[in-house]
Amino acid sequence: MWEYTELVQEHFLHPRNVGEIENPSGMGDVGSLACGDALKLTLKVENDIIVDAKFKTFGCASAIASSSALTEMIKGLHIDEAAKITNQDIADFLGGLPKEKMHCSVMGREALEAAIADYRGTVLPTAEGEIVCECFGVTDLEIIRAIKESNLRSIEEITNFTKAGGGCGKCEEKLRDILRATAGETFEIKAIAQKPQRMTALQKIKKIEEVLEREIKPGLRKDGGDIELIDVDGDFVMVSLRGACTSCAKSQTTLKQYVEKKLRELVLDTLIVEDANS
Amino acid sequence: MNRQADTIIYMDNNATTRMAPEVLEAMLPFLTDYYGNPSSMHNFGGQVGRVVADARAKVADLLGAEPEEITFTSCGTESDSTAILSALQSFPDKRHIVTTRVEHPAIKTLCDNLDARTGHKHRVTRLKVSSDGTLDLDEYKAALDDDTAIVSIMWANNETGVIFPVEEMAAIAKKRGILFHTDAVQAVGKIPIDLKKLDVDFLSLSGHKLHSPKGVGVLYVRRGTPFVPFLAGGHQEKGRRGGTENVASIVGLGRACELAALKMEEENTKVRALRDKLENGLLTSVPRSILNGHKIDRLPNTANISFEFVEGEAILLHLNRYNICASSGSACTSGSLEPSHVLRAMGVPFTAAHGSIRFSLSIYNTEQEVDFVLEKVPSIISSLRQMSPFWNG
Repeated sequence: MWEYTELVQEHFLHPRNVGEIENPSGMGDVGSLACGDALKLTLKVENDIIVDAKFKTFGCASAIASSSALTEMIKGLHIDEAAKITNQDIADFLGGLPKEKMHCSVMGREALEAAIADYRGTVLPTAEGEIVCECFGVTDLEIIRAIKESNLRSIEEITNFTKAGGGCGKCEEKLRDILRATAGETFEIKAIAQKPQRMTALQKIKKIEEVLEREIKPGLRKDGGDIELIDVDGDFVMVSLRGACTSCAKSQTTLKQYVEKKLRELVLDTLIVEDANS
Repeated sequence: MNRQADTIIYMDNNATTRMAPEVLEAMLPFLTDYYGNPSSMHNFGGQVGRVVADARAKVADLLGAEPEEITFTSCGTESDSTAILSALQSFPDKRHIVTTRVEHPAIKTLCDNLDARTGHKHRVTRLKVSSDGTLDLDEYKAALDDDTAIVSIMWANNETGVIFPVEEMAAIAKKRGILFHTDAVQAVGKIPIDLKKLDVDFLSLSGHKLHSPKGVGVLYVRRGTPFVPFLAGGHQEKGRRGGTENVASIVGLGRACELAALKMEEENTKVRALRDKLENGLLTSVPRSILNGHKIDRLPNTANISFEFVEGEAILLHLNRYNICASSGSACTSGSLEPSHVLRAMGVPFTAAHGSIRFSLSIYNTEQEVDFVLEKVPSIISSLRQMSPFWNG
């Protein structure tokens, strides 16, 4: 059971400003059904003052409470003042959120930014970023911003705040790179300590595919060969060599010395690569 | 600690159950006056040993087993780990396990981490389930090979209540000379089990799922099955499980098994009727609601229903206001960001998986309680849907 503050419970059970403003001055629509939470925020703005705000939210108690709190916070504010609200402000308004639920406050801020951008007719910089986490559609710019704003220091914290990495987990390497680049070297120690891998079979397969695609296939193709992933069963990775590789006397060496070595290095150090045809 | 038990509408019996008053009564003397150690030579302890033996016989009776085939453990999870690791140590040349994609974490996590734990490489075949949560026996047969050390198939799924054809699957394993384990934590006490007629080698059960206390479980080991203990120690449990017996809880579990046999009929008539009333009522009164799991091959007490376009945690917290206890397969309730592995294995779409609620009943539920839940749920769903950007109702 989550430890929700009285205020979170109050805003969840009696949410303020539920609904949708017709012909809104600005609208922010973030999240999706697949992600497990989504928020549609509509604003009515007169002379740059937010005179009304309404929301519709699909999600857990903290998502609903964050949305409700957000609308209460921005009503009556000048649009420039509203633009300064951070996700931490939303969490603080509610007396705090469990750390695993911080992404709900981030969703609130994102919807607000989107609605303000819509009102101003500008394009959000985050919308221009590159998608890093495909499961939850999170861009590098959003992640970098969350790291800086909330002083994040681990992959777990990035997931708590942005949801990035909370699905298949195959963006973990990218997240680590972004974190390293953004937060500097201080994080290095924590990242290594975290390494003991907890991967689901699906995560493992996806990661293996990714490494084959990115690291291994280009090299083989240069020599007129190719490789195909047949099956992953526990730590056994069944592959089939194609093209020039099939007749190459050194193909078994390729498998063990090159493919297995790469997969162990980049995916899991217990993997065993086997030729599905032998 | 502010909820009084008698104001609670408890429909979360697959999580844990209320202890039967008869069970508590049977236990109390062993938490007070009779504190002796069953292993002691004096009569004061020795008499407690006889009570443990009596409880063992009662557990054996419920399962159609012999008392010597019953080993008391601390919980279902310990029983599961003991069975799997014992089989792997008994057959060190065999490195393959067959299980399903919908097992309880006690088996799932163990299988995920076997290599690190044992220092050996293993293959784990996880059988698929269809959209109604059932297994394909042909896929099962094809998965077994000469390297298979043990098969572990849950008897009934904790989230959906779907019952697997354990009888048939155990017979198939037996023919191949492969050990068969079943995690029967959800099945024991809810459906009849007669191990004499089955080819099951190991069976796990947990006390607190059948109205006895937490902290006691059982591993059934068929006579003649090779066995390596999980907890090394004294000669307790005939050397199969070291550690001084949890006497009071063992006595409680014995009494609970006795009661379960008496209430089996009620479980499959009264409880089933209440579950059906609840389930059919919700499916009719709430639009866009879906039953998860096979309609027939299912425990009599479990109903897992998805309410589309709303999120499970929000539903549970509204139910909580009315003191209604249930659980959800939604991501938010677990702290993970993805919904239940069971519903995902069944291919339940995200629109529905996030809004799944499991009601699991017991003999202590009443028709008034079912009526109350039927009265409250539709308006809870409707108010959350009014708030949902995906609902165009």
